[in-house]
Amino acid sequence: MNAGAPAAAPLLEARDVAKSFGSTRALDGVSFDVAAGEVHALVGENGAGKSTLVKILSGAHAADRGRMELLGAPYRPAGPLDARRRGVAMIYQELSLVPHLTVEENIMLGREAHRFGIVRKAEHLARVRDALALLGHADIRPSAPVRELSAGAQQIVEAARALAFEARIIIFDEPTSSLTPEDARRLFGAIRTLRDRGAGIVYISHFLEEIAAIADRVTVLRDGRSVGSGRVRETSIDRIIELMVGRKVAELYPRIPRTCGEVVLAADALSGLALPRGASFTLRRGQILGIAGLVGAGRTELLRALFGLDPIRDGWVTVRAAVLGKTAPRDMTDRGVGFLSEDRKGEGLAVRLSIEDNLTLSRLRPYTRLGWLSLSRRRAAAREWVDRLAIRARDACQDVADLSGGNQQKVAFARLLHQQADILLLDEPTRGIDVASKAELYRLIGALAARGAAIIFVSSYLPELFGVCDTLAVMARGRLSAAEPVAAWTPERVMACATGGTA
Amino acid sequence: MKPNAAAAARALRMLGPFLGLVCIIAVFTAIDCLQAHREMRDPTYLTAANFVNVSNQTVIVAIAAFGMTMVIVSAGIDLGAGSVIALAGVVVALVLRGSDDSGALARWPVLLPLAAAAAGVLAGGTAGLANGLLITRLGVVPFIITLGMMGIARGCAKMAAGNQRIEAPTGWVGEIMATPPDPAWYGVSWGVWLMAALAVLTALAMRYTVFGRHVFAIGSNEATARLCGVAVPRVKLAVYTLHGLYTGIAGVMMFSTLEVGDPSVAVGKELDIIAAVVIGGGSLAGGEGSILGTIIGAYIMSFLRSGCTTIGLQNYWTEIFIGASIVIAVAIDKLRRARRA
Repeated sequence: MNAGAPAAAPLLEARDVAKSFGSTRALDGVSFDVAAGEVHALVGENGAGKSTLVKILSGAHAADRGRMELLGAPYRPAGPLDARRRGVAMIYQELSLVPHLTVEENIMLGREAHRFGIVRKAEHLARVRDALALLGHADIRPSAPVRELSAGAQQIVEAARALAFEARIIIFDEPTSSLTPEDARRLFGAIRTLRDRGAGIVYISHFLEEIAAIADRVTVLRDGRSVGSGRVRETSIDRIIELMVGRKVAELYPRIPRTCGEVVLAADALSGLALPRGASFTLRRGQILGIAGLVGAGRTELLRALFGLDPIRDGWVTVRAAVLGKTAPRDMTDRGVGFLSEDRKGEGLAVRLSIEDNLTLSRLRPYTRLGWLSLSRRRAAAREWVDRLAIRARDACQDVADLSGGNQQKVAFARLLHQQADILLLDEPTRGIDVASKAELYRLIGALAARGAAIIFVSSYLPELFGVCDTLAVMARGRLSAAEPVAAWTPERVMACATGGTA
Repeated sequence: MKPNAAAAARALRMLGPFLGLVCIIAVFTAIDCLQAHREMRDPTYLTAANFVNVSNQTVIVAIAAFGMTMVIVSAGIDLGAGSVIALAGVVVALVLRGSDDSGALARWPVLLPLAAAAAGVLAGGTAGLANGLLITRLGVVPFIITLGMMGIARGCAKMAAGNQRIEAPTGWVGEIMATPPDPAWYGVSWGVWLMAALAVLTALAMRYTVFGRHVFAIGSNEATARLCGVAVPRVKLAVYTLHGLYTGIAGVMMFSTLEVGDPSVAVGKELDIIAAVVIGGGSLAGGEGSILGTIIGAYIMSFLRSGCTTIGLQNYWTEIFIGASIVIAVAIDKLRRARRA
């Protein structure tokens, strides 16, 4: 699959684009193009360089090397705004809508039609209604505040903004990751409309079935390089996966033999305020339980309720011998439960503090005497952990913000180990970190389980769940399926289960 | 839903502060009537004369709060408003005294007070422009910049006034806040009419101009506003400059009320101004706030003050009530939102 040339002349073409961040080479000479009236999918693992590439295309980053052409003219956007003005619109994963303004105000923001500074609302409404109707969404009211819309409707508003201003290139970055299947279906309809009107669409997704459904061409990135591209009709999903992973799955997911012990954590019909709804499971020493599901299915809420960060409305949690109807983080920490947040920078770590501060925050007792901290002993202990987990840092007193994502995650792990947790609740532990660091984390998680830790592993990335876990359960709309051995699952059945179909 | 559902939702948001105002007036009116009955006199609280007074007492805070509403909607803050009011008042007094000394005031009795008022307004605008420039060029948060301006403007006012009150003939500027007004059929003072006119003008500008939308967009999500091509620094500069001009107008009103230029007046006034915006539904996180809400907020504080005086409560009760009204207003808003979510 090397042919991959577009039928028509490309609208946007990038040749040999490279970009480094510090010592990390994010893109290493990638060529990519998109023609009018086609959907070109971009796939690859996290850290493969997809985001970097589309950020260069949309002007958020400047390339270190390489050339870009838009409609045959040299293209080097000064910033996202410049790119937008030239017809390249990016629809971000985190939506770039202004929550307090209405649909109409958002779509027209920055390009208002006006007379002497007074907005020509009638003209706005006409354009907004036209754009929404074209996308098949005349049901979205132009006067509705955007924050009151569903995630799916917000995506449509973003697409309408691109349509209202006749963007020639529209980049979608994992648009369906937080959508219901119904919303995703409607978004696909909108994307096809845009395509048929002659726009060039770049589409990033982890869901390969989506690519088969929507894309005309696909390009696979791995470790900052383009490792293959071709027509979707002539390419099998298996081949794409092979290109994405590029190595034998066994190497990435080392197996250390382990045996399961007694049950240490169990939930019985656990319900939170909204999610989860009546979730039950048991977890044994030395077991890794994977929980799959779509974003928003309630996996994070389950872990948060278990750990006491969110209230429990109904049901029970059993930690070793204790049956609890109410949980609190402090109490769970004392019982040896550790929680790794999916929001590493916002919640998981105090990124403006040092490694040692972060590492020891949850258990300072060994270094205190009469309430006074022994900083030297604390630093010695922190250094030991930095060595043990091979955290690449200058010193234990370096700020966490200066570390790479993978090393930050290791600091978060080290804190759990330092607090002597042996029941670990891991929420998306490998999100946003590079493949090499992931492999290290998989090894670490495996080693912990082999030493008797009990682990819940929540992830949206199926291959790692299959590679790392012993048993797997799927969450959909707050309900947790029965856990079954990984070998009993197939990716298709997990997806069917996650998208609301039955297993 | 109907197309004017958004308008209905907006009106509903105003309902909270408005009901608060009605409740306060009702409670004090009831107590006042009881006392009046017992003391065999006429009630004084809910009367036209008291409304004229209360409105007069609202003018300074409300006019500055219109500018502050724009600032707060854009997710900013201004802690220097009180000092700038004092500075503007001093500038008005200085110009009037100077022109009186040279005999010019007698020759141009209309034009010169106008020039003095304009100078006061411009002094406020200059302080606002300086705030805006520092905030946008240095990228320092408004809290810090305007905290600095609080000291700088106050110091400048004292320096310009030679550290004392400036006695000056007021000319017609002294009439602005006079009650009863001349002509008497105006009902309330010129200043109150000016406040009403500015309220309407600012409210329309916030809703119907490109500038107004951009202010809301910046306060709601600055990064997105930038991405969509909103000239964020220019809009912020305009917001702070406009707010400075409004504060300058408030300073002229202050001079008109006191009839002297006093550099040590309006200490802490900025907190009343911010409170008016917040009671009226403004969010310090930005993106929310309205002129109508702000003027209701300003009136709530004035009616509370007047009510406490009428029924003979000590000053400290006034302070406690006003403090509580801020907390209650925000708490109700928060509760209502939690229920909707």
